[in-house]
Amino acid sequence: MSVETLSNTALDLSTLSVREINRTLHAAETGAFTLLHPNGAHALACGLNAPIDVSIQGHAGYYCAGMNKAATVTIDGTAGTGLAENIMSGTVRVTGDASQSAGASGHGGLVVIEGDASARCGISMKGVDIVVGGSVGHMSAFMAQSGILAVLGDAGEALGDSIYEAHIYVRGTVAGLGADCIEKEMRAEHVAELRALLDRAGYPDIEPASFRRYGSARSLYHFNVDNVGTY
Amino acid sequence: MTAAPKNPRTAPRKSATFDEHTLSEIRRAAATGIYDIRGAGAKRALPHFDDLLFLGASISRYPLEGYRETCRTDVVLGDRFASKPIHLKIPITIAGMSFGSLSAQAKEALGRGASAMGTSTTTGDGGMTEEERGHSSQLVYQYLPSRYGMNPDDLRRADAIEVVIGQGAKPGGGGMLLGQKIGARVAEMRNLPEGIDQRSACRHPDWTGPDDLEIKIQELREITNWEKPIYVKVGASRPYYDIALAVKSGADVVVLDGMQGGTAATQDVFIEHVGIPILGAIRPAVAALQELGMHRKVQLVVSGGVRNGADVAKCLALGADAVSIGTAALVAIGDNDPRWEAEYNALGTTAGAYDDWHEGNDPAGITTQNPELASRLDPIEAGRRLANYLAVLTLECQTIARANGKSDVRNLEPEDLVALTVEAAAMARVPLAGTDWIPGHNGR
Repeated sequence: MSVETLSNTALDLSTLSVREINRTLHAAETGAFTLLHPNGAHALACGLNAPIDVSIQGHAGYYCAGMNKAATVTIDGTAGTGLAENIMSGTVRVTGDASQSAGASGHGGLVVIEGDASARCGISMKGVDIVVGGSVGHMSAFMAQSGILAVLGDAGEALGDSIYEAHIYVRGTVAGLGADCIEKEMRAEHVAELRALLDRAGYPDIEPASFRRYGSARSLYHFNVDNVGTY
Repeated sequence: MTAAPKNPRTAPRKSATFDEHTLSEIRRAAATGIYDIRGAGAKRALPHFDDLLFLGASISRYPLEGYRETCRTDVVLGDRFASKPIHLKIPITIAGMSFGSLSAQAKEALGRGASAMGTSTTTGDGGMTEEERGHSSQLVYQYLPSRYGMNPDDLRRADAIEVVIGQGAKPGGGGMLLGQKIGARVAEMRNLPEGIDQRSACRHPDWTGPDDLEIKIQELREITNWEKPIYVKVGASRPYYDIALAVKSGADVVVLDGMQGGTAATQDVFIEHVGIPILGAIRPAVAALQELGMHRKVQLVVSGGVRNGADVAKCLALGADAVSIGTAALVAIGDNDPRWEAEYNALGTTAGAYDDWHEGNDPAGITTQNPELASRLDPIEAGRRLANYLAVLTLECQTIARANGKSDVRNLEPEDLVALTVEAAAMARVPLAGTDWIPGHNGR
């Protein structure tokens, strides 16, 4: 059942299947939609391909907003594994916590997690920007290629393991850095980059200078037998 | 006075254990401190399809008339859930090989050859290029742990999606592409700095295990409107369990790659010592499908050392629905061709043995990103050679099927086969020739 108002279409998962809802969302070129009673359903609002607004009122399961392109998706609840995986553009925001692999392999766009993110947040990221209001779990930004991961809280073990050219900013403590990830100087251009990202993510009052920057030492870019212990 | 005769000496004897190749590898390792990296699949002698024979027809079986009576070769892949399954005219597909590991010209040639014969080709670890999409009438888009170049637009314009868990050359290993081949275009597609050694993950970033895979497949179906067949590809290691779990996860098609299957680059020790030969993998996979009531409903594609129509026919007789070729397809378009012998010699190797595909110096212009070398390969001519080769494989397979009385190549069955060795009999679960003995079968 869908209830259409002047500006917003309500889609109720207690009466519609995920297939029916995604088909409706894929067919829309503009407009706003509210998903009711998600109850942790998987693959909600994935593969969106137009500048529509989707509000999910409740908890979402795996791969919510996966491969998002152009759309703005807001989850008023928590999100399961692989939130906005492989996002290309647009914005995905979750007001609660996100499970592991949030923003995995994202190529662009913005992911905002207002709560905590679990392990492997930003794993294999390829251009997406991710802002976490709370803390991130272990192996976050593993093999991160490009984009920005900003963590307002703390980071778990092995942050940025085998990182390429992504930028990591952490305001709290870091339990440990992964192979080839080092702390780097926070220069003016990094403060400006982080300032712009925090503004986009809705954190205008957070001071970028309070963060520390981490990135690649680039010592694993070419095999060297003297680095064998870090492979 | 004559000198006392010398005692005869035992002739110098080289060790079978420490043979020339082994000694050279020890010296190379000692000099460099890095494992040997190479392309291609296992090179050691393995139980293989040559260890099987077809019985043919006689009084107890009735053959079909060669050249006159119909012997079908077409196959449909992926009609379990997908609304637009793949229809192949021949049961031979082209395996996944990346742009990056191969030149754009080579990818185009593979697409041209496969399309001419009504079959599919497959992308690889590096995304989809316009060359291969444009020249492949049916293109399978690989979904790999690295997710290089992965995007929903290419997902939607693919004809099928192959979730790659592993490959036969390195089950449990990730991709590898060394800096020599990370040119500007490859770097841009993979979002990597130009010229660095690419280190790919061996596990997908956002799922682990069959329960997660089931949800991942659901997501891919949702994104593509439940139109595309979803393949799941595994390297041959524990085929009975892996195929059962792939089916449980919702795969339309399972792809099983034996250790002879090639790779663009990986450690030699991985290629030669991890995984099992395809001969020993097909029957456990088919057993899993049969026990689940899914044989022929979830199609089985096998690969790893398929070279001729007899190999194709043997795969089908053991229960596969189609085969996939990689190394043989590269040879067909010109890889390791003796015409480049002088240049192979200059690289310290010889035609037929060249496997330093990761270094990007391929004289044949196939496993390279060097524009000058790549320009040596004419994709139209090479595509024609591949089409010819695929035609021969098909005709050979039909010849064998007719001789065994089959009007469809997929009607070949294990009962048509015998084995020449005890090992092959045990692996393929067919009797040793001239006996009714299947080692390990019925407690024998």
